[in-house]
Amino acid sequence: MNFDFSEDQKLLQKTVRDYLEEHSPLAVCRDVLESDKPYAPDLWKGAAELGWLGAVIPEEHGGAGFGHLELCLIAEEVGRALAPIPFSSSVYLASEAVLRAGSETQQQALLPKLASGERIGTLALAEKPGIVSEASVQARFENGALTGTKVPVPDGMAAGLAVVAARTPEGVSLVLADLSADGVKREPVDSFDGARPQATLSFENAPAELLGGAGQGWALAEALLDRAAVLMAFEQLGAAERAFEITKEFTLGRYAFGRPVASFQAIKHRLADIWVAIELARSNAYYGAWALSGDEPELPVAAAGARISATDALELAAVEMVQLHGGVGFTWEYDCHLFYRRAKALGLALGSAREWRDKLVRRLDAQSK
Amino acid sequence: MDFNDTPEEAAFRNEARTWLEANGELRDPDENAMGVLSERYGENYIEQAKAWQKKKADARWACITWPEEYGGRGGNAMQSVIWGQEEARIKTPAPIFSIGLGMAGPTVLAHGTEQQKTQWIPKLVSGEEIWCQLFSEPAAGSDLAGLRTTAVRDGDDWVVNGQKIWTTFAHIADWGVLVLRTDPNVPKHAGLSYFVIDMHAPGIEVRPIVQINRATGFNEVFFNDLRVPDANRLDAVGNGWAVAITTLMNERASIGGGGGQGNLFADLMQLSHELEIDGRPAIEDSAVRQQIADFYVRRKGVEYTGLRSLTALSRGGMPGPEASMAKLVGAKLLQDMGSFGMDIQAQAGAIGVEAALQQGSWQEALLAAPGLRIAGGTDEILRNIIAERVLRLPPETRLDKDVAFRDVPSGPAS
Ligand SMILES: Cc1cc2nc3c(=O)[nH]c(=O)nc-3n(C[C@H](O)[C@H](O)[C@H](O)COP(=O)(O)OP(=O)(O)OC[C@H]3O[C@@H](n4cnc5c(N)ncnc54)[C@H](O)[C@@H]3O)c2cc1C
Repeated sequence: MNFDFSEDQKLLQKTVRDYLEEHSPLAVCRDVLESDKPYAPDLWKGAAELGWLGAVIPEEHGGAGFGHLELCLIAEEVGRALAPIPFSSSVYLASEAVLRAGSETQQQALLPKLASGERIGTLALAEKPGIVSEASVQARFENGALTGTKVPVPDGMAAGLAVVAARTPEGVSLVLADLSADGVKREPVDSFDGARPQATLSFENAPAELLGGAGQGWALAEALLDRAAVLMAFEQLGAAERAFEITKEFTLGRYAFGRPVASFQAIKHRLADIWVAIELARSNAYYGAWALSGDEPELPVAAAGARISATDALELAAVEMVQLHGGVGFTWEYDCHLFYRRAKALGLALGSAREWRDKLVRRLDAQSK
Repeated sequence: MDFNDTPEEAAFRNEARTWLEANGELRDPDENAMGVLSERYGENYIEQAKAWQKKKADARWACITWPEEYGGRGGNAMQSVIWGQEEARIKTPAPIFSIGLGMAGPTVLAHGTEQQKTQWIPKLVSGEEIWCQLFSEPAAGSDLAGLRTTAVRDGDDWVVNGQKIWTTFAHIADWGVLVLRTDPNVPKHAGLSYFVIDMHAPGIEVRPIVQINRATGFNEVFFNDLRVPDANRLDAVGNGWAVAITTLMNERASIGGGGGQGNLFADLMQLSHELEIDGRPAIEDSAVRQQIADFYVRRKGVEYTGLRSLTALSRGGMPGPEASMAKLVGAKLLQDMGSFGMDIQAQAGAIGVEAALQQGSWQEALLAAPGLRIAGGTDEILRNIIAERVLRLPPETRLDKDVAFRDVPSGPAS
């Protein structure tokens, strides 16, 4: 039985944590939230230099050649720091898409730049409110030209490259679009978590190229979402744990009725419940990490389980964080809302827990037949 | 990351499996998951359980981690877990030795004299004697140290008077472990001593209590001038609380498990195919899927947490407080699943255990789960434990700590 990370992997995690503690205090997150910056460029540079962006990109393409287990731990630390960088969009989604579906030429052209952070990628699926599905894709791609509007696109302003779902005669396909090309317009949209801002991308006969087989796009997107769900679960786990630690410290230091509020049983029991939710999420996430790293047939179920459990834990931790801080928790000045916003934003990226619960049971059901 | 055994573990597993398959019968995968939880045992369950325990003991499979000199196998904690996993594949009789093997035995081994260990452990291992745990009293459950049953020294004996309650297996037990108040004039934890009693001695009366599921798993036990030899005392006079803690730690570890939902999850998938909502199988209803998914992640979360602690164990570490968490999550999950399994049957859910679908396992789950949420530390006490021992939050304010026990405030006598 070896259901834990290795000592080397934990050591790597510690170096990531140390770096982020120094270079990504919550003030860095707040700075992006309060400005028009789409992300923190210095932090992005640091992440590139330390090899995090190319963690799973092979060395011959300029990556660090770690594995997905290492990437899971990096994701946990990125989540813990609420790092305001397009890490999930570029690493879990765009890079994974190129790695899984890109031709040799596409990989040679893009992977080194994604690994070095010179290019930032994102995945553009949604077009309107409501569940994103194969049927909801209306953008079109024909004769090398992409037309349609995607909103909201996470990190759409930061990215230079988007993997876009579009209709082709063969069905939905994924295409790669250079966002600096003619025919591409982008605009920031007001974002619930302004430290991880969204954008509108409009394509009007913009140049693009197929990524993977024509008509294979939706299956590919689902597979990408599963892989990203595991990594995102670790990011959520990191954020949940940090929210919990801050809340615990606060309630220990805050006095009411002559005693720390953390000594009231109502508060102790809620902290215990958050701890339990985080432990359950951690265990489900580990199972996801195992399935992801070995490309196991269990991945679709494991990813959904990890995603749901992590979303539950982070939402609980963030909601209680505000509540257990009292009035200061409701102020702009305190950091609680950074977690409260991030919790919801991460919970919706890749589809809500509601959608993942549906998917999970459909998958279990298919398995049992 | 992998779920593989080390070569030594694999060899042990193989040896265990070979013996079990040669000497036992594989469990029926469709067996009603609720039998044991509902304490529904067939006829001759005592003879069957004793025979199985003896068979294991004769082949040295009975107590994996216990010393060989008392009939154990002298193995390690990981081997004990592997044995448990393998034995779970086999049809096993009623768990009438669970308290002896899981709690009383480890306590005797930790605190007993050589003479005491030789007297009690081998017959427990070989299934000749059944044990029970007499801790709770009418006025002392969660607050166990508030117990009032007294022991007064008289020559080489102690004379015991008072009452215990909720004692599982007292009606079939040969021996019991119990904590008694030997000094009411000191603060409550300091006035306790720990004893082993012969359940057949005069001065003991056992009265079964019918539970909400109509099973009679537990009992009231009355002591009327019961004489207990001082030789049956474990550890020093006044040191009973420390000994009791050993028992309780072992209790949490042994009832932690996964919350014992058995086949219930598979049953729920099946049920939601068979039943219809608006003319379609219930599983196609999104609200049904939402609920099943929630059960699944809670259940798997507990299961994988177990694998994480096994990993720690396999790497030579100590199991953490996750056993408390497993019971806290698992027992509530059982209750929620029972309720939901009845809900999707709609009005037919109101049919009782005997006549309901799937052998009434939903109704049984709903009736058994409250016991699990109370026994061995209530949900609230487990949250206190997590808050204080794991999270190191301030302890509860106490009104009973530094006063003599006789001066501690109490509710009206019931
Ligand atoms: C099926 C079953 C089998 C059992 N078997 C045995 C056995 O073999 N041997 C044995 O000794 N006992 C046994 N018990 C007894 C069990 O250990 C006690 O019932 C349990 O510890 C609770 O004690 P109580 O019943 O006195 O309830 P109380 O302690 O009176 O609790 C009443 C309520 O108050 C809450 N409460 C109490 N203290 C606190 C606190 N500090 N903070 C917050 N809430 C609190 C409880 O959680 C509960 O909700 C068994 C119980 C059951 C249900």
